[in-house]
Amino acid sequence: MSVDLNALNTAGPTITTLTAPFWDAAAEGRLKIQHCEDCGKAVFYPRPICPHCWSRRLVWRDVSGKGRLKSFSHVHKPGHPGWLPAAPYVVGLVELAEGPTMLSFILPGARPPHVGDALLLAPTAIGGRVLPAFKSVETATEEKPQ
Amino acid sequence: MRRGKGAIVGIGELKPQRLTSGVTTLEMIAEVSRLAVLDAGLEPAAIDGLLVGPQVGETPQHVPATVAEYLGLAPTMANVVDLGGASGAGMVWRAAAAIEAGMCETVLCVLANNREEVPPRSPNRNPIREFDVPFGASGANISYALLMQAHMAEYGSTARDFALIAAAARANAQLKPDAIFFGKPADVEMVLASPMIASPLHLYEIVMPVAGGEAVVVTSAERARSLPKKTVHLLGAGEKVTHRAVSQAPSLTSGPLKSAMARAFGQSGTTANEMDLLSLYDCYTIMVATTIEDAGLCAPGQFGAWLRDHDLSHGGDKPLNTHGGQLGFGQPDLAGGMTHVVEAVRQLRGEADERQIGKAELALVTGNGATMSEATALVLGAA
Repeated sequence: MSVDLNALNTAGPTITTLTAPFWDAAAEGRLKIQHCEDCGKAVFYPRPICPHCWSRRLVWRDVSGKGRLKSFSHVHKPGHPGWLPAAPYVVGLVELAEGPTMLSFILPGARPPHVGDALLLAPTAIGGRVLPAFKSVETATEEKPQ
Repeated sequence: MRRGKGAIVGIGELKPQRLTSGVTTLEMIAEVSRLAVLDAGLEPAAIDGLLVGPQVGETPQHVPATVAEYLGLAPTMANVVDLGGASGAGMVWRAAAAIEAGMCETVLCVLANNREEVPPRSPNRNPIREFDVPFGASGANISYALLMQAHMAEYGSTARDFALIAAAARANAQLKPDAIFFGKPADVEMVLASPMIASPLHLYEIVMPVAGGEAVVVTSAERARSLPKKTVHLLGAGEKVTHRAVSQAPSLTSGPLKSAMARAFGQSGTTANEMDLLSLYDCYTIMVATTIEDAGLCAPGQFGAWLRDHDLSHGGDKPLNTHGGQLGFGQPDLAGGMTHVVEAVRQLRGEADERQIGKAELALVTGNGATMSEATALVLGAA
């Protein structure tokens, strides 16, 4: 994949007042998600109430940027035409160290992705905006926890 | 065994087509509804309940009223069932429940869709649109590819294991003349040689979208006795909805059908191994694999070995999707899920022609929507 990801004509996020802190942080190369002050759990994606305990006491915090690859796919036929020049590319399910799972773009690494790979946040300009993409930690691949 | 108060007494099905230029979904609903009510031996005026699906791009709101008016019906119970591929199965138990509640006596459950060159898309503003699409994940293929890759990683299942499901579907479709892949069998090697769409999913492991329509008529067991066709009873049902986006799935290798099927077996006093027909929702090969495991037909991760131990054809020991499933028949959008109901009724009536199974007393029907998110299971029976 040698295409300039930032030049892709892809669909950007549909940002709302509630979700703006996530995207504002993303634009600065950070990953910020909600945490519930009542049940202590981390929440992704943003909501007005905690999906675990329905508390309204949600606060925004930067996360560690560490994650684990739960699954991935090499996308050969994208569902959106704006991604065609980048195909095949990799999307993955990233289990954040804080708990929640998010879908993200996985940057090409020295070797192909494997489920269980340790990941690190790798902010990347895609389609004219910086998105919280991830890359594999090449030297420290975790064993799959049972 | 518990016998429910609902019975399926009429079925209708349209031959799937790749394109229907200039034809509306409403026209197709009318055609397939007529077939189902004729099959039931009823007059249209007997229909006093109506369950329909969402109609993206044609009738965004007031769907039941639009369909009722178009068909000349005045139902005393009308609603939309919006459970993706589980909508068809979801309609059947809702119809029976509405009858038991005394709201109506005979319910038309109908799903159909036209298919234009450029399918309509509704504008979205939801979490998937905001948090998945910008990263390059649009459409169901990628979601199911992620589920399949997770299964392979957790259990060591292979591409060949999954290809067995697609090949069996194509083989069964050779006895279903209306199927989109009738006359087009594909063996395991052909499945594995088909283009990679989103790894590990090959093209032949993905349903072909088609236009079509499916309808069933559900009535009370009492009323069913006076009708000409062999009665197919709803013996048990279960349902569960857990998430929408694949990133939010509680598990990637087991889905809400597990609990839905357990409830359906519990209500009917049956077990998975007693089923004479497995009519399992098959948008992708991975969905059948997970359903076989979630049904308890084999241990988690062992679907490949189970497939090799059994013959899934109409003459086999475990007939599975004798109409070819949607992988062989084609997927008429939301009506695709209803093909599994309609085929089960045909088999239980003994009307499946040259693909008729031997003993045909119990059938498991599953429906699945979104990303292994919306699940409905039915146990149907005919003694």
